[in-house]
Amino acid sequence: MDTIQSILNAMVREAVSPQTAAVAIAVIGLNIHFGFTGLLNIGQSAFMLLGAYGFAISITHGLPLVVAVLIGLAAAFVFALVLGMPTLKLRGDYLAIVTISAAEIIRYVGRSVGYDWLLKLTHGAQGIPGSQYRGPFTDLSPFGDGNTTILSFSYHDVAGGAAWVTILGLLLVAGLIAAMVLASRRLSGRIRPAAIIALSILTLLLVLFLAPVTGQNTGVRGWWFTVVTWVLVGISTVVVLLLVKSPWGRLLKGIREDEDAIRSLGKNVFAIKMQALIIGGLFGALGGIMFVLPATVQPDSMGRSLTFFCYTALLLGGAASIFGPVLGSLLFFVGRAFIISASNAYVPDSVLSTDKTAQFAFVVIGVALMLLVIFRPQGILGDKRELRFNV
Amino acid sequence: MSESTVTPAGMADPAARRELTSGFTAEPGTAKPDPILVVDTIVRQFGGMTAVDVGHLEVQRGLITALIGPNGAGKTTFFNLVTGFDRPTSARSGAHWSFDGVKLDKTSASSVARAGMVRTFQLTKALSRMTVMDNMMLGAQHQAGENLMKALFSPVWRAQEREIEVKAKDLLDRFSLLEKKDDYAGSLSGGQRKLLEMARALMSDPKMIMLDEPMAGVNPALTQSLLGHIQSLRDDGMTVLFVEHDMHVVRHISDWVVVMAEGRLVAEGTADTVMSNPAVIDAYLGAHHDTDLGDDELLSDDKLQEIAEEVAAEEAEREAEGEKS
Ligand SMILES: Nc1ncnc2c1ncn2[C@@H]1O[C@H](COP(=O)(O)OP(=O)(O)O)[C@@H](O)[C@H]1O
Ligand SMILES: [Mg+2]
Repeated sequence: MDTIQSILNAMVREAVSPQTAAVAIAVIGLNIHFGFTGLLNIGQSAFMLLGAYGFAISITHGLPLVVAVLIGLAAAFVFALVLGMPTLKLRGDYLAIVTISAAEIIRYVGRSVGYDWLLKLTHGAQGIPGSQYRGPFTDLSPFGDGNTTILSFSYHDVAGGAAWVTILGLLLVAGLIAAMVLASRRLSGRIRPAAIIALSILTLLLVLFLAPVTGQNTGVRGWWFTVVTWVLVGISTVVVLLLVKSPWGRLLKGIREDEDAIRSLGKNVFAIKMQALIIGGLFGALGGIMFVLPATVQPDSMGRSLTFFCYTALLLGGAASIFGPVLGSLLFFVGRAFIISASNAYVPDSVLSTDKTAQFAFVVIGVALMLLVIFRPQGILGDKRELRFNV
Repeated sequence: MSESTVTPAGMADPAARRELTSGFTAEPGTAKPDPILVVDTIVRQFGGMTAVDVGHLEVQRGLITALIGPNGAGKTTFFNLVTGFDRPTSARSGAHWSFDGVKLDKTSASSVARAGMVRTFQLTKALSRMTVMDNMMLGAQHQAGENLMKALFSPVWRAQEREIEVKAKDLLDRFSLLEKKDDYAGSLSGGQRKLLEMARALMSDPKMIMLDEPMAGVNPALTQSLLGHIQSLRDDGMTVLFVEHDMHVVRHISDWVVVMAEGRLVAEGTADTVMSNPAVIDAYLGAHHDTDLGDDELLSDDKLQEIAEEVAAEEAEREAEGEKS
């Protein structure tokens, strides 16, 4: 039972981690690119990295927090312009090629040690330590010092934390998730999001009851970081919801379906694709800033594999759906934590040594992604009807 | 030809139209009293092959002009060139065209549409994974909500959106698609998609609509009402240029016919004069070497119709293959 409890704890810690939320923000941006507009951006990690660099370097040079965030966003804005100008008039594949190589260029420039002035800014492959730029954000915390456990009412308090409480709770979680799936399929109109949100909150509370998380109020990976990042996820989701339900969002989908048709209706396709690239890139930069706040601005931790994680999360949750990016990011990181801690606990070291479980987790996730694309290509929240006419 | 015959309310009166067209000289590239579209020296080559080579063409405002010609004559390519979807090879050597007095030589496809000349495609471009209604809504011009800055604030565009919705429903109703409005466009039949594309183009209130084979694949029962609708567009003052293979259709609704063959204009005239024009018969026969040239029957309407149908069938087959690949 203790092993199960520790696996559960690892999963929940990952679920509430600010870095999971940060990736979710970047995936929300990627969803605008890939899900709604059909732009194949394979360099979302570069938008994140540029946001992070812009932010961290500004702070280390004494600029105020707000200005630093704006500079991070501006870096992504310029990057989107530079990538979009030559490619958005061409066929879709060109954007893919250019984004993937530009992302690599950014990463290599970040980790290069050739120029002193550059090295002073980026600190090469070692990156800028979080302690150098985290200060202003930490200082804003109203949460004070000390630790807080969420929830304070947990499985310990029921029947002395007996095994059946946990098992019953897990079954209930499974039931809630099933209800959520059902709600997303069967319901329509206004109730659908309302039901999903209500069920999500219930699930969250239940999970925290089963695996209470203790964390610092303000310190690195503490509640201040978690709360701010998840609030930003919420705001981003609402912004995307408003955008996508607007005539502008309708244009995005039209462009995804057939650019020429949209052109024949007198719309400036290039400008709209550029706007989509920029908006998605700005979310990427914001995600990047939140991603490095509890960590380090390390170029190698924000490379191709991070873009790949973003795509996995997006496809998992469902491209072109509103909550898909959030759900996908949660499932991705929680699933990874589960595989790592479960294989650490149950697979003997002779078969799979502890330092290899992280790699093993990626193999499992890769296979899961393949199965997903084959059997449920629209992802968990995607609309299956949309795929039927994939001509 | 006096200007007085061109009434601002359009050409609803058949007698007035006949009087107007009887003043046009029946030869390729002839001048019209009030052309809405004027094209000069537009050439398009694919490799060594010249797909379009039009010296001069004027399209009279307020009339239905049919553009006919055998398969591969360059009609679609001509549409693409004029609407900004393709660029003429002669772009730097004398290619000029203007719409309603505005030069279009270097204009993008979207600006051409904004200028008031909207087209449909031979291979229908319905936006499959969007609903019929959303397809329609995209057609409307000057939408405040399509501006990114205003998109977030729905009160800014909500009222306009409702107006557009009313208009879209009205058009869908006229095209017998209203009950399909919440279906995905991808679930419509080929003919229905054609109708949707045309209705969508009309959402922008164009001055001129260019239809590339609008009747192909449309259910015969619907063709009749579609023809009526095209005529009513003309009666409301819109200019229509359409490509069509069905000679009955051409004869039935067009006021003026332009014939293309191998990229060139070979004839212009009313439906009757054009169909008895030896150059036109030659053009159609050119694609059918196996037909006996000495046969008098060839000059009859029915034979021409038959040939045209064969051509259309071949083209449909070719398209079907093209879509598969
Ligand atoms: N993109 C292209 N590349 C090469 N050849 C083309 C292309 N588009 C059209 N053509 C050729 O140009 C000629 C005219 O084609 P098209 O305009 O489609 O004729 P129509 O619409 O009158 O049937 C045909 O011979 C066709 O094969
Ligand atoms: Mg054609």
